[in-house]
Amino acid sequence: MMMDLVQLWMALVGLVVILYVILDGFGLGIGLLFPTAGTEEERDTLMNAIAPIWDANQTWIVFGGGALFAAFPKIYTVLFSALYIPLLTFLFGLIFRGVAFEFRANTQNKKAWNRAFFIGSLVAVLGQGFTLGGYITGVRVVDGAFAGGPFDWLNPFTLIVGLALVVGYILLGATFLIIKTEGTVQERAFRQAFWAALITAGFMLLVSAWTPYHAPELAARWFTEPRVYFVWNFPLLGIIAFGMLLWSLNKKKELMPFLSSILLFLSAYLGLEAAIYPLAVPPDLTVYEAAAQRETQVFTLWGVVVVLPVVLGYTVYSYRVFRGKVAEAEGYH
Amino acid sequence: MDLVFLSRLQFAFTTAFHILFPTFTIGLAFFLVVVEVLWLRSRDEMYYRMYRFWVKIFALHFAVGVVSGITLEFEFGTNFSHFSQYVANVMAPLLAFEGMTAFFLEAGFLGIMLFGWNRVSPSIHFLSTCLVALGATLSSFWIMAANAWMQTPSGFEMVDGELMVRSFREVIFNPAFPTHLSHMILASYETSAFAIAGIAAWFLIRKEHTAFFGRSLKIALIMAAVIAPAQVMIGDMKGLSTAKHQPAKLAAMEGHWETNTEGGAAFKLFAIPDMEAERNRLEISVPNGLSYLITHSRDGRVQGLKDFPKEDRPNALITYWSFRVMVGIGFLFIGVMVWALVLAVRKQLYTSTPFLKTLVAVQPLGFLAVVMGWITTEVGRQPWVAYGLMRTAEGVSPIHPGNVLWSFSVFILFFGIIGTSYFYYILKILRSGPDLSSPIPPVQIPSGMRPVEDVLKEV
Repeated sequence: MMMDLVQLWMALVGLVVILYVILDGFGLGIGLLFPTAGTEEERDTLMNAIAPIWDANQTWIVFGGGALFAAFPKIYTVLFSALYIPLLTFLFGLIFRGVAFEFRANTQNKKAWNRAFFIGSLVAVLGQGFTLGGYITGVRVVDGAFAGGPFDWLNPFTLIVGLALVVGYILLGATFLIIKTEGTVQERAFRQAFWAALITAGFMLLVSAWTPYHAPELAARWFTEPRVYFVWNFPLLGIIAFGMLLWSLNKKKELMPFLSSILLFLSAYLGLEAAIYPLAVPPDLTVYEAAAQRETQVFTLWGVVVVLPVVLGYTVYSYRVFRGKVAEAEGYH
Repeated sequence: MDLVFLSRLQFAFTTAFHILFPTFTIGLAFFLVVVEVLWLRSRDEMYYRMYRFWVKIFALHFAVGVVSGITLEFEFGTNFSHFSQYVANVMAPLLAFEGMTAFFLEAGFLGIMLFGWNRVSPSIHFLSTCLVALGATLSSFWIMAANAWMQTPSGFEMVDGELMVRSFREVIFNPAFPTHLSHMILASYETSAFAIAGIAAWFLIRKEHTAFFGRSLKIALIMAAVIAPAQVMIGDMKGLSTAKHQPAKLAAMEGHWETNTEGGAAFKLFAIPDMEAERNRLEISVPNGLSYLITHSRDGRVQGLKDFPKEDRPNALITYWSFRVMVGIGFLFIGVMVWALVLAVRKQLYTSTPFLKTLVAVQPLGFLAVVMGWITTEVGRQPWVAYGLMRTAEGVSPIHPGNVLWSFSVFILFFGIIGTSYFYYILKILRSGPDLSSPIPPVQIPSGMRPVEDVLKEV
């Protein structure tokens, strides 16, 4: 079974999306946890845990958008018009979250930017969740263009997906803080991660149970060949990840909770992908219809093959430079 | 509520806001590279302190640039999805390449540049500064390629009404691209040089940290002296390229209505173009001037706006005046540099208060010129979104105009808050001045460093 170019691109775009979700996810999660820090010093610690890397993490969405536009223009144009409100809500959140880093560092009275950092993160995550919910709900497409109304995405299911993502990112954020901090901040992060793990698992069950009612054709795809033979591994992976997560939190491991949380996210993501593929945008548009001209995909693929390994290389290098616990007052101001 | 008008207005507003930031980022990054070279070579602590001071402004500026820049990538899909779909095969890879080659580079090494002082060696730090500067410049390479393609589309063929790529080399190196890119990069350097000079002059007038800001001013003025005249030359080439590939835009820029058949075309020094009446009200012109400029001959033929059907004409009133303001600022900068040269010969550069006050006064003008230049090139491209291929009105997304009114109002509010806060914090950084005393991370201290006290003693 050889992969064709379109499938390869689908896998690449899928990879970039999940990289963004995980990498910016823990940054946004720390934003969501921001109000729980007791003192200004603790908030400094939270911020310094991600200050040197958040920008590079966020760049994955910029690249994801560009790659989607180049490889599957119809997904990009249809989704972005259909999900105008949730996507721009996401963007508005990102804007305030992003400037809060710098503005907060430049002032003595940090209250306003503390709030902007939290609310910006919250709005961004809800916007992302609504985008995902609206995507699963499906988009009305006529003649290759969006043909629905501005609030088609809005329904109880979408709202639940939004909330689920909030808790999921809190889990990622808390488990990342376990790695980067010590003392009271770390102890609190252990507790937060534990509760977030339970609630995240609850939301995953709820969303998984609800999806077949909300989008029956997606659930039906799980039972088609050859999927039916292997998709069950994804929930199994989820259960294993959840078990590892609880175990490692209980044993006060530092790295394992974060890795298990990533696995938990992966299990949900792969399960969802398996339900959607070969659709690009439910309920009708397939990846083949959405794909760009072959030459365009090939040209951009060359860029990816040459450049992306380098990007990954220096990203890893940068993480290594900033490895270890957050040192006090390592800001540059 | 007109969907097309609202979409254009929102895009224009967000782009104009955004462009102010990369403009200064590109130039300031280059300035920081120069300062760090001087620090590493001379081991003069003052240069280290200079880097640390200017990089604060850089970081603040960069952050606003990042968040306003993501906005634009969203808007291609949210607000101009028909356009995006139409040009995707040809133009979209340029944006993907920008993300891959430029943004990652900037974002990846910015962390080390700002926070890595205790963690990396001086040479790795310097490399990071260089890569951030390279990333900023590469970003403009791809964005200018995409925008230039919208001005002079090439490298494609039409297959069943769809745009298909024929050659990506022709797509990227389209006719408008070389002058488009060089004009923008020089604009960034020039604007940044005058912005840095203005800040330094402000301190020199107040006689604060004179040694520190005297050096900053010197570097900035050397940059400006090289770039200001080069920009005029590139601007001239850009005019010629526009005349060749987008004659309607050139005619609008010059308020030129009638194609000259006998004798040269006049250059309109002052005019108020009237689109309805198809002529200029209140015109002061220089005979044959336009022919000299565009064809470099006395009676060369220059196409007038009336040669184009009414529905294919860009708005001449806006284009004429935005262009005038931009060019005016360019020549004003040259004048300032001539003055600087005279003062430099007389060794009064850092002490002449009228000159320093002028530097402070002209400081924002570079940014104004950049925005005016963009208005010229984008309004001048109308009514096309991709010149000759698709009209702007056909390019918008199939959405309810209420969406756009909502997002536009939020953008105004948020960019208003962010812009105001940005100025407030920049002024705060400036007021507190450079930090000359906090300890240098041990790993950064070179042997035989010349401490800042020694420099201050000499002054």
